[in-house]
Amino acid sequence: MLLEYLAIALLLVVSTLVGLIAIGLGELFGPKIKSKVKDEPYESGMPVIGAGTRRMPVRFYLIAVLFILFDIEVVFFLPWAVAFRQLGLFGMFEMVVFIVILLVGYAYAWKKGALEWE
Amino acid sequence: MPQPQDYQTLLPVIVLAVWACALLLLDSFLIQRKGLTACLAAAGLAITLGLTLSQIGRSSSGFSGMVVLDGFSTFINALQLVSGLLGVALAYAYVKRMGIERGEYYTLLLFSVVGMMLMAQATDLIVVFIALEMLSIPLYVLAAFNRTQAASEEAGLKYFLLGAFSTGFLVYGITLVYGATASTNLSAIFAAASSTSNLLLTIGAALILVGFGFKVAVVPFHMWTPDVYQGAPTAVTGFMSSGAKIAGFAALLRVFATAFPAIAADMTDILWALAAVTMILGNLVAISQTDIKRMLAYSSIAHAGYILMAFVPYGNPAVAPVSIAAGLFYLAAYVITNFGAWGVVIALEQPDGKGLQISDYSGLFWRKRGLAVAMTVFMLSLIGFPPTIGMVGKFYLFRAIIDGGFTGLAIIGVIASLVSAFYYLRVVVNMFMREGEQKIEREFWLDLTWGAAAFLTVAISLAPGWLFYLASAAGLR
Amino acid sequence: MNIDFILFLVLALAAIATALGMLLSRNAVYSALFLVLNFAVVAVFYLLLGAPFIAMAQVTVYAGAIMVLFLFVIMLLGADELAPGKALPWQRPLAATLAVVLVIEAAYLLLARGAPSGLVTPPTEYTNSTESLREMALALFGQYLLPFEITSILLLVAMVGAIVLAKQEKGGRR
Repeated sequence: MLLEYLAIALLLVVSTLVGLIAIGLGELFGPKIKSKVKDEPYESGMPVIGAGTRRMPVRFYLIAVLFILFDIEVVFFLPWAVAFRQLGLFGMFEMVVFIVILLVGYAYAWKKGALEWE
Repeated sequence: MPQPQDYQTLLPVIVLAVWACALLLLDSFLIQRKGLTACLAAAGLAITLGLTLSQIGRSSSGFSGMVVLDGFSTFINALQLVSGLLGVALAYAYVKRMGIERGEYYTLLLFSVVGMMLMAQATDLIVVFIALEMLSIPLYVLAAFNRTQAASEEAGLKYFLLGAFSTGFLVYGITLVYGATASTNLSAIFAAASSTSNLLLTIGAALILVGFGFKVAVVPFHMWTPDVYQGAPTAVTGFMSSGAKIAGFAALLRVFATAFPAIAADMTDILWALAAVTMILGNLVAISQTDIKRMLAYSSIAHAGYILMAFVPYGNPAVAPVSIAAGLFYLAAYVITNFGAWGVVIALEQPDGKGLQISDYSGLFWRKRGLAVAMTVFMLSLIGFPPTIGMVGKFYLFRAIIDGGFTGLAIIGVIASLVSAFYYLRVVVNMFMREGEQKIEREFWLDLTWGAAAFLTVAISLAPGWLFYLASAAGLR
Repeated sequence: MNIDFILFLVLALAAIATALGMLLSRNAVYSALFLVLNFAVVAVFYLLLGAPFIAMAQVTVYAGAIMVLFLFVIMLLGADELAPGKALPWQRPLAATLAVVLVIEAAYLLLARGAPSGLVTPPTEYTNSTESLREMALALFGQYLLPFEITSILLLVAMVGAIVLAKQEKGGRR
């Protein structure tokens, strides 16, 4: 059964290798002259102010929570799609009820402007 | 594929859930005046109450043994719906006064009641878990509803963190029980429990008990209660202290009586100790409180201990029905008295957060007699002093416990009640004997709530037979 | 020694290494990223156990959505910049005790119940993951229909709660 996932495993290995090769070649052949200015992050030529990480506004949090909720909804779609034929018409009906309830939430979120970025 | 009988079993819950979804949409798209949302929420609760009452005497199970309809669930659901209605009545004017009026308040309250009702009907641990989440998440949000107040935000966060923590215990317990019996269905667990080694099952059951213990605020899982009850908006506290307690005890009883009679010998000792510690600690710490909301919070902890007493003999078929009936009666008595007391607290609370000290009740009798008399009735009922419903409840409870052979526990209960008289009577003394000034909010639904609660507290105590009969008839299927 | 066992050993080492990386990083963002790696490894464990659905849920929900939320919260609080505070005095003894309890419990389960009691059957060997998913779906949409539908209401409630708490009312005070 695990052989099914061989393609994914190969993809992971190859993509990791490509990344490593790209960095490795640069390390191998690139000139390495270090100075204080060179080690600083590049910010369009401006002098760097403060740390690279900053506090994020709370609205990101709301977006993330909404993302999680719809993400969990999507997880239920996969087994449903796989067994769609066996479940028959009633299976369709079950999923419609599930989606309609979440559509209520979607409509509510839309109306309250939770999906906007003021 | 579900049959009509399945839907019949769960009809009130389905109706209320659909109503809540519709109300959410109506409120955000159409309704401008939020008072209308409150009325519609109350209408939904009333219709569901009618449906629930029409199911009296019915008994069925549905959705592949996930839920059940029986006398017990009907009794609990009716109680939940009444406390939902009272919760709306308490909130109606309070949220306006506090400047936190939003339609979602009522929608969330409805969803919470849906979870509570589902919890009383659940016969599968998975449904118990989902129902517990469904009643808790709205309560977390409601506790933090007064977002601009740091205390309310803190209450919501604290309740959420500890609630999530306790749910972890519950889920872990469910996992172990599943590991021991290969099922999450309560009757299948009962069937498998007799044929398997019981250590895993006992640990699982104990962890489930911890999870519910947090919800109903039993010592030593009570730490969140005073801060959350104090910080949350008072109308929310009133609803939460009744609704969450009923639901927690209902699920605790159904899970233990249906699935775990095999380990009753171990569990009885644990329940005995929890009940005793809860009564003692709740009442002792309440003495030193000066804030009325904190005092009532500790009082609610102590009452969780009294109610838990009724569960101690759950594995003894000769005693259990009577003691459970006494527990249900006590729950009903507590709900009525508790809502009344919180109603009085709301009547004295000012938008700037003043009026919540016990000293603020000084001289209330000379300002507004009805309110002071009602508060006196509630305090007497919480002590268990005649002629109040609390006295009748304690009488049934202690009698059942002594019949069950737990005289020691009953003595602890009586002594704890005597200690509790000290802090309840202090409020009464303040109202009658001291001088003071206060501003009192007069609002129709609020006045009706505490007035009706005071009337019922006395009236039912004069003729308690019918309620006890209903509680005795409320058997598990 | 079959290929599954070798795979398991490699993955177990990776799981322990990423967990240690998470604990030992001083920067909270690095910790979160190590946790993503750890989740990914655990997802492969689920595949080894023949549970492709849980593996998928682990990747999409945990490694994907929940870790995004973790990162947002860390950045929201600015916790990655905070100086490491002093540990609570009772934290270490308590953690050690709990760890010992966990090890004993796991050992008990392995030794005393390693031989199956017959109650919990080992997962059926499916020839491919579609078949296993289909079996799960038939149970989820058949026997567990009710919990499934309630879950959608639960998600709805969570959505309303998040919006009520994090979103300002139009013309609101915040």
